[in-house]
Formats: sequence, structure tokens, C-alpha cells
Amino acid sequence: MNGNPDLRVKLGPLELKNPVMTASGTFGYGHEFEPFVDPELLGGIVLKGLSLKPMAGNPIPRIAETPGGMLNAIGLANIGIEEFIEKRLPRLKGLKTNVIVNIYGHSIDDYEELAKAFRGVEGVAALEVNISCPNVEMGGMIFGKDPAVSAKITEKVVKNTDKPVIVKLTPNVTDIRVLARAVEESGASVISLINTLAGMAIDIEHQRPKLANVSGGLSGPAIKPVALYQVWQAVNSVKIPVIGIGGIMDYRDALEFLIAGARAIQVGTANFVNPGATIEIIEGLKTYCLENGIDDINDIIGSLKKD
Amino acid sequence: MIDQHYEIVFNRKITSGIFLLGFKSPHIASESSPGQFVMVRINEGIDPLLRRPFSIFDVRDKDTICLLYKTVGHGTELLSLKKAGERLSVMGPLGRGFSLPDEKLQAILVGGGIGIAPLHFLADTLKNRPIEFMAGFGKSGDIIPLEQAAGRTVGISIATDDGSEGYHGMVTGLLDEYLSRNIHEKDSVAIYACGPLAMLKKVSSIASGRNIPCQVSLESLMACGLGACQGCAVKILSQDNKTFYRHVCKDGPVFSSHAIDWSNV
Repeated sequence: MNGNPDLRVKLGPLELKNPVMTASGTFGYGHEFEPFVDPELLGGIVLKGLSLKPMAGNPIPRIAETPGGMLNAIGLANIGIEEFIEKRLPRLKGLKTNVIVNIYGHSIDDYEELAKAFRGVEGVAALEVNISCPNVEMGGMIFGKDPAVSAKITEKVVKNTDKPVIVKLTPNVTDIRVLARAVEESGASVISLINTLAGMAIDIEHQRPKLANVSGGLSGPAIKPVALYQVWQAVNSVKIPVIGIGGIMDYRDALEFLIAGARAIQVGTANFVNPGATIEIIEGLKTYCLENGIDDINDIIGSLKKD
Repeated sequence: MIDQHYEIVFNRKITSGIFLLGFKSPHIASESSPGQFVMVRINEGIDPLLRRPFSIFDVRDKDTICLLYKTVGHGTELLSLKKAGERLSVMGPLGRGFSLPDEKLQAILVGGGIGIAPLHFLADTLKNRPIEFMAGFGKSGDIIPLEQAAGRTVGISIATDDGSEGYHGMVTGLLDEYLSRNIHEKDSVAIYACGPLAMLKKVSSIASGRNIPCQVSLESLMACGLGACQGCAVKILSQDNKTFYRHVCKDGPVFSSHAIDWSNV
């Protein structure tokens, strides 16, 4: 084949120049990685989760390294939507990429308020609804484990926004398919998964948890097989597009998710280790397509063969 | 600040559990100031997964960055096995370093254990000025031979907890004694400290008791080093006594000691 392979993908109403995005909480509010990554080269950036009011986050230590992964219990420390819209968003407006805001509420009503707050706000391509954070006492994963509550939140956000709604699911459930179907039926445009796996680590010298919050969310390459399986299950139980997340470090990992049927992927922990990871993944996908005679990345998506 | 692979020039043992690693980076060398740090990716694979933060010990010949480090776990042990000629992915320089003292001030540098590393870079930067450099260790066997690591003469007073060498007691006792003996005018000195949190807390209280400006360099677990992950939070006290979090990687690692909420340390 000749020329550049076409990496464009569609996520419902969203058009991405390539399937590579950043995962919420690993890319700040977009400018922290300026020396390493031009966000305009990415399919989209998902910003750090925002709540109605600023949140201080959890006490320290907030992170612990584990084999092939890390635990975090940041506790959704964030500047709140007011400061975000006033001070941070203006710097992101006009970026030629999809800027996706991740929203987090302490109650079902909070999600409704958050959706309203971004209604008509320029420069925000979509909302990603966080019902899956394992590190907060109120809301987060507690909501996301319950299909009825997940459905209710999705419905409220969809009803009160003019933007496409992505719902981010927690893997800490018995059957991911039930949750995926529940948010699809409630009007979600896209599903993203997985958020972190609940876990803990203990300092044996002091017999104390390594995280002040005791438990945290596990991310990184250690969780990739779990993520891949849940993404594949979700893809096979809903019609809306699925974004694959979980331990993606390089283009090979990204390809696994695409082959499993994810329409796009998000890169998280890899950004910490290798700030240029997203750009390298895009380059790797391009080379893979060229070397395998693929002129449209969509030909790869969902190409898993089962004999 | 960039992430690149640099050649290791040397990586040698200074004393038990203490190593000095030098790598060639004219870029980092020209950008660095005392108190700043770098994030080192110890292996290209996933063991260990995260980078490790190290403060800069020395800049030599305008192109070599030296890191003085202690082996405290798996990551630093793997780092100690690296050989000259190997390449290392390093991101930096990062963070806000020390604000240099006014011309009229004498700088007092107070280190605890491996905390002497960033203070040495500061001492080197201030070498034409009168400074007092003191460091505390557990016992004589724990003393890091600074002059051997630095390859030059560095005047330093030693304190050991067990009195096996130098001042008998904590370095904070040595500091207190030095101030009582030599300092009569409160605005003639500035303190710079790096070491364990309990030591920094004590230095901070000595400094505020005497109304002396004091900067401390904090150590923290970190994932990104860029202010994105918010893992390295530190509690800061605002002027109206409210606390809020700042981040060691981006707002620090050097803070004014008076700004830190020491109540939970």
C-alpha cells in the first residue's frame, strides 16, 4: 500500500484523528505535559476529574508501587469546576483535539449540576462521567457498582447536557456486562473502561497500610489482562462504542484492545513513566498498519479471530 | 526540561549503601540549580515501573550531573548495579530549588544522612561566600564521606547520635549550639535543610523560635514528577491558618519551612 494509513475513528458523535487519548487523572489539566506532548497530535485528552467544589484529596501517602503497577488513593483532589472553567479551560479552547471533561459527583444531584454547568460551554467536546473512583467515601465506585444508580446518573447527565456522554465503568463488579447494558439503555453515547482495580499494600516493617487511605486503585501493566477481558465482554454486550483503558504501555498493548473491539484507547499510568508514551503509541500504530498492509485502522478494530 | 537517554560516566560506591552516579548531559547541567531534582527511569521494562526522583548533588565540567544516592529498596539497588557506558533515561531538571541567600546573609546548611546531597550543590554554588555546613548521622559508620564524593575540600561539621564522631547528639542540637554561640543578630543568617522529616520539623522549630528564614527540601514518593498525578502532596499552612495541599514535585521540593503544616509530621 502507499501513503499514510488512516487512523481516524468515530466514537458515536465524536471524531478522533486517531484512537489514542489520555486517561483522566494522568494528564493533569492538559498543560502539565506541554514539553513532551502536543495534545493536538492526540485523538483526545481526558482531564483530571472535576467536582462541583474543589476537593483537597486524601492524606499522604497517596501512592505505592507494586509489581508491574501502582496503587493510588489521590481522592479526586481537584480545583472544582468554577476555577477550571475560568482559568484552565481558556488555555485549552481552540486546541485542535477533543478536550473531554471528566466529572465526579458526591450525589446523583451533583452529576445533574455538573452536566448543567458544562451545557453550552465551548471547547469541551464531551463529558466522561466518573462513577468508578475507588478512593472517595461518597459516590464514585459506590454508584458505579450499582446498575440502577449507574443508569440513573447516566440518564440525569444525558438529559442535562448538549454534549456526548461517555460513562467510565469500574471493574470492581461481578458482571461488567450488566453495568455496560444499564448505561447504554440510559442514553450513554460511549462507554470507557476500566477504572482502577481496588487493592492494597502493607508495609511489613511497621505493620501499616502503604496508603493512608488503606485501599487504593491499582493501575499499570499488572491490570492489562483483566482490563482487556472486561473490554471484550463490554464490546460484546452493547452496541455503543467502547474505549479500552488499563495498563496500556505501548502500541502492542493498544492493538490488543483495538483487536478486542475497543474503538479507541486511553493511556494512563504509562504517561508517568514515559511522558511521550501517547505519541510513541500513535507512531507504533502507524508503523504496524504500514507493515501489515492496513490502510484504515478501523479494519483492525474488533478483528479478533476465534476458531 | 526533557526526557532523554544519557550515558553513565561512573557509578561507584562511596561507602556502605551510598553510591555516586554521574551521567553526561550538557542540557541538564546548564539548566540545573541547587535543590532541583531529576526523575530516573531505572529500567526500560516494568521492574521497577515508576521513575525515581533524585536531587542533584553536583554539576561537573558543565556537562556531568552527579547523583549521590542511598540504596533503600529494589529500585535504588538495581540502579547501583548500572555500569559506566550504559544509558539511562532521565527527565529534568524538575521542581523549584533553593532561593539563594542575600549577599549579606550567611547560609547555614543542615543535612541529615543522604539529605546532604542537594545541600552540597548549594554549598558549591555559594563557595565564595561564608557558609556553615553541618550534617548528622546515626554513628561514625554511617557518615557519608562528603569530600570523597565531591572530590574537593568541603568544610563540614559532623554530629553523630551516639557520639562516636564529632558532636554527640542530633545535628539539630549542633545547629542550636552553633546559633547560640555565633549568631547574635537574627537577620544575619538563613538556614537550608534537607533530611528526615522529624529532623526538618525540629530545624523548622529552631528557625521559627529565632525568627530565622529557613528553607527545607522535602523527599516524597512520586509517580510523575510533573504535577499531574498529585501523589506527592504536602500540607501547607496559609496565612489565615487554613491547610491545603501543594505538590513536592512542582511547588517544591524546596519550601519555606514556615509554610509547612508540621502538626501531622
